[in-house]
Amino acid sequence: MLQIEKLGHYYADHTALEDVNLEVAEGELVSIVGPSGCGKSTLLRCIAGLIRPSQGRITLNGREITDVPDNLAVVFQDYSRSLLPWLTVRDNVALPLRRRGRSKSERQAAALGALQAVGLADAAHKYPWQLSGGMQQRVSIARALAYQPALLLMDEPFGSVDAQTREDLEDLVLRVRKDGMTILLVTHDIDESVYVGDRVIVLDRAPGRVAADLAVGLPSARDQISTRELPEFVHMRAEVGRLVRGQAPPGAVL
Amino acid sequence: MSAAVAGRRPGRYGVGLLTGILHRWIVLAVAVACWEVGTRIARSPSFPPPSTIVSKMYHLWFAGPASHLFLTSEATGNLLPSLGRMAVGLAASIVAGVGLGLLLGRSERMFAYLDPLFQFARVIPPPTLAPVFIVLFKLGSQMQIASIIFSAIWPILLNTADGARSVDQLQMATARVFRLSSTDRLFKIILPSTMPKIFAGLRLSLSLALILMVFSELLPGATDGIGFLMSDAQSRSDLPTLWAGIVLLGILGYLLNTLLLMAERRALAGHRAARRVDTT
Ligand SMILES: Nc1ncnc2c1ncn2[C@@H]1O[C@H](COP(=O)(O)OP(=O)(O)O)[C@@H](O)[C@H]1O
Ligand SMILES: [Mg+2]
Repeated sequence: MLQIEKLGHYYADHTALEDVNLEVAEGELVSIVGPSGCGKSTLLRCIAGLIRPSQGRITLNGREITDVPDNLAVVFQDYSRSLLPWLTVRDNVALPLRRRGRSKSERQAAALGALQAVGLADAAHKYPWQLSGGMQQRVSIARALAYQPALLLMDEPFGSVDAQTREDLEDLVLRVRKDGMTILLVTHDIDESVYVGDRVIVLDRAPGRVAADLAVGLPSARDQISTRELPEFVHMRAEVGRLVRGQAPPGAVL
Repeated sequence: MSAAVAGRRPGRYGVGLLTGILHRWIVLAVAVACWEVGTRIARSPSFPPPSTIVSKMYHLWFAGPASHLFLTSEATGNLLPSLGRMAVGLAASIVAGVGLGLLLGRSERMFAYLDPLFQFARVIPPPTLAPVFIVLFKLGSQMQIASIIFSAIWPILLNTADGARSVDQLQMATARVFRLSSTDRLFKIILPSTMPKIFAGLRLSLSLALILMVFSELLPGATDGIGFLMSDAQSRSDLPTLWAGIVLLGILGYLLNTLLLMAERRALAGHRAARRVDTT
């Protein structure tokens, strides 16, 4: 579905990404981990068509991305600034649905459904600035889910939520992907990358490039308690951890 | 801006609000009392005491029949045309200023081309253009409204352009990602986020419109209006009427500004609450 070839991106005096190659199949959930500043957000912005990469090309379903593709949603890392303070939570979630040719009541219902899924049905009539950071983050997740994109890009979407909610949201992501959504999830939490992912991509720091592309060999039905006990999970976590810290012995890159 | 917000802070507490109002009115009352005493002692015909001015205002304008809301024909014949021209001029300035400002602010190229021109036009003192307007437009209301528009439009236009240029990048990125229609971008993102700047411009424009309203009525061709009334009184050396006009303009300016502040508070309630949360 998504092909990234020889992707490179330079900011004024700084190489954020260099020679990134990546392929994502339809319906896959790919975790992207790496130290902060390694170019994870830059990579997502290139895929979203928000910035034009300095080098290489990205194709989505065979067509090169030159502008924001249709059927794509992003949960931005800076979630609070991406919500509109003058709209209620529900209107924020419903706004993108206006282009999908649905009636107002259908849009409102879809928005409420998505808010319910992230546990925020009670906050529908509040304004974003009346919510905590974690709740705002969930609103921006709800907005992306209600949109029902074919490709969902999430940039550290669970950074500000508490541990319990985080687990609930991870399971929510695992549920929505069953509908065939392709998901790229950026995180700096190694456990999370393994728990939700079919694959884990480890990015190197400066310049960002793919250090490892690991398939997660866990059964697709996952559970917060028992999955994390599996030897495969423990093993993967250790391996990804080593790679992120740059301690992998040469040749360990798959 | 921050001073204005700080000044309104006590408004959130009942007692603070009351003493705040009291303090303000006490100062005004003392000033008026001094004025009364001073003018009575001086006995200058050029400076009638405020009590004389107020009674003049009453007899001139507000002693009419109840069916006319107590307005005299003098009032309906002069105050209403003035206010009408100002309203039309200000409304046209808002529509054109906000429209052009958004266009200018959202298009880099338009901005590069037109900003120097507008900056230049803005600094021309509007009264100097009055003679040109007298030639260009029909004498009377048309020329007067044109003068109001030409002075009041700039603060709104330039402020709107400035605000539209500084819409949050991430909000615009969100609009692109979710492919919002251009109408939605305009009405759900650009316009709301420009609103504080529009109101800042509007406050300047309001006082400019008031000034030009009076000034344009002092020019040849004026047949009614507060300014016309005053220049007429001046030619008859009718100083109490002249002073009545000055006080009326002061009250008018105060009322209009209060109305604007109320509208601004309503329109920007969400903005201010959001900022308060951000900074704490
Ligand atoms: N707009 C920008 N201009 C200049 N440098 C940037 C910009 N955005 C990001 N960078 C730099 O590029 C690098 C990668 O940034 P980013 O993609 O945000 O990393 P990550 O999301 O992995 O933390 C960082 O060193 C950052 O400072
Ligand atoms: Mg980032």
